[in-house]
Amino acid sequence: MSLDRTDVEKIAHLARLNIAEQDIQEYADNLSSILDLVDQMQAVDTQDITPMAHPMDAIQRLRLDEVTEADQRDRLQTVAPSVEAGLFQVPKVIE
Amino acid sequence: MEWEAVIGLEIHAQLATKSKIFSGASTAFGAEPNTQACAVDLALPGTLPVFNAEALRMAVLFGLAIDAEIGYTSVFDRKNYFYPDLPKGYQTSQLFHPIVGTGYVDLELEDGTVKRVGVTRAHLEEDAGKSLHEEFPSMTGIDLNRAGTPLLEIVSEPDMRSAEEAVAYVKKIHSIVTNLGICDGNMAEGSFRCDCNVSVRYKGEEAFGNRTETKNINSFRFIEKAIKGEIIRQIDILEDGGYITQETRLYDANKDETRSMRSKEEANDYRYFPCPDLLPIVIDDDYVNQLRDTLPELPDARKARFIEQYQLSDYDAMVLSAYRDLSHYFETVANTAGDAKLAANWVMGELSKLLNQNDTEINASPVSAEQLGGLLLRIKDNTITGKIAKQVFEAMWAGEGSADEVIESKGLKQVTDSGAIEAMVDDVIAANQPQVDQYVNAEPDKRGKMIGFFMGKVMQASQGKANPGQVQGLLKQKLDALANG
Repeated sequence: MSLDRTDVEKIAHLARLNIAEQDIQEYADNLSSILDLVDQMQAVDTQDITPMAHPMDAIQRLRLDEVTEADQRDRLQTVAPSVEAGLFQVPKVIE
Repeated sequence: MEWEAVIGLEIHAQLATKSKIFSGASTAFGAEPNTQACAVDLALPGTLPVFNAEALRMAVLFGLAIDAEIGYTSVFDRKNYFYPDLPKGYQTSQLFHPIVGTGYVDLELEDGTVKRVGVTRAHLEEDAGKSLHEEFPSMTGIDLNRAGTPLLEIVSEPDMRSAEEAVAYVKKIHSIVTNLGICDGNMAEGSFRCDCNVSVRYKGEEAFGNRTETKNINSFRFIEKAIKGEIIRQIDILEDGGYITQETRLYDANKDETRSMRSKEEANDYRYFPCPDLLPIVIDDDYVNQLRDTLPELPDARKARFIEQYQLSDYDAMVLSAYRDLSHYFETVANTAGDAKLAANWVMGELSKLLNQNDTEINASPVSAEQLGGLLLRIKDNTITGKIAKQVFEAMWAGEGSADEVIESKGLKQVTDSGAIEAMVDDVIAANQPQVDQYVNAEPDKRGKMIGFFMGKVMQASQGKANPGQVQGLLKQKLDALANG
């Protein structure tokens, strides 16, 4: 399976990645060779094998439903570029 | 050709946990912005989610309540999209292995038939934060208090065929989650939200038409109106030879119409994959069976019991069984008064009227169930008339005391002294000679209706306190004596 330039552009857009025009072909080639490897693996018969949800053979530990976090807004917001009236500020988003 | 609507619903029920689904931050509503958003909720580097046991319990309880398949191994997936109120750049959700699989609910429709609606699945996920676009001229404000609040997304099959069926389904799910105590059901605060997928097709056709998804609907009434409007909009377009675009629409309650929000055709590509930060959730039969033992009485079972135990009508039983608090209130009134039918009438009538007028929840009713039961006892033992009882009830609502206290202090006891009633009847007959003449000259079979006039006068003279049965009997006796004179 091979990816073309438009596939690469679409993936970059979905991931919000800014890629240089002259690199697109190289990305397409590299990603295509990864998919070729996947194609190769598809040849293995996995009929009776349950797909793995996680590489660790373990199950999720649960937390008790307790409020353990105190308000740390002021500290946490020191890393934000812009804050007003307790709100994080981002460039205007209009749907 | 006749059109048919096809409706499927996605309900987001906010689970009533104290802390968030993956962090120990509080989920309480109405806090100052970002004071309940901890490092995990903000997706700061190095943080890891830890799943809340209570969210799991609530989701499984819901699955049991709708007789669904339970996911003994369920897995969290990442749903990837970019929006500023989603700090991680993905929503942790469940796509491939949800906690609740196929189940169903039964709806009682107005014509008395029962319709089964399939629930495709219900999965756990986290809520996003809130974007505030109006506050600042050129910026959007982000409040992440809601980010990470646990949601159960309940997805129905496209089994509904009208707005009325859709509302009946939403009400049924609402009543189940609130009865289970897993969601507070507050639609105004967004704890219970509904997205409606609507399409239309010619009746008898198998294939579905293109559908739209309407979001942002926060009351039962608006769900009905939004769906009705959307069905008409789609039929109009198709009959004009047009084409329905698959898109997301917003319901505007002020204009009572839906409008396009974004086109779904190209926008959605969520690239789901299993979340590597969370391990699979594995539960066993012991866990599920223990939860099954804790299931409370659910509305369907309670409705059947009300019909059996109290001989209520189907409709009364349905209304009174829908919510735990209402049911409990009704049963307390019925048992105190020893009269279920009278209790049902009062709870669904006078009490509901005042609750609605004052926008009060039944738990906050100023008249307790025991007090209302006490009032009904006074109707039953003929201390007061039903009409006076309404007056007493309003005084009780206003905090003027118990039924007995109000009756005493306002002197509202029913007059059953036949001498006093006879005197009033005589006065009314003497004071209304023209009407008496009409009565006397009327055909005997017309007289029954004409008694109403005199009844009104006597009841007025007694300020509503005369026993209506006695008044009626005496009037008929005396007037007929004149007529046959």
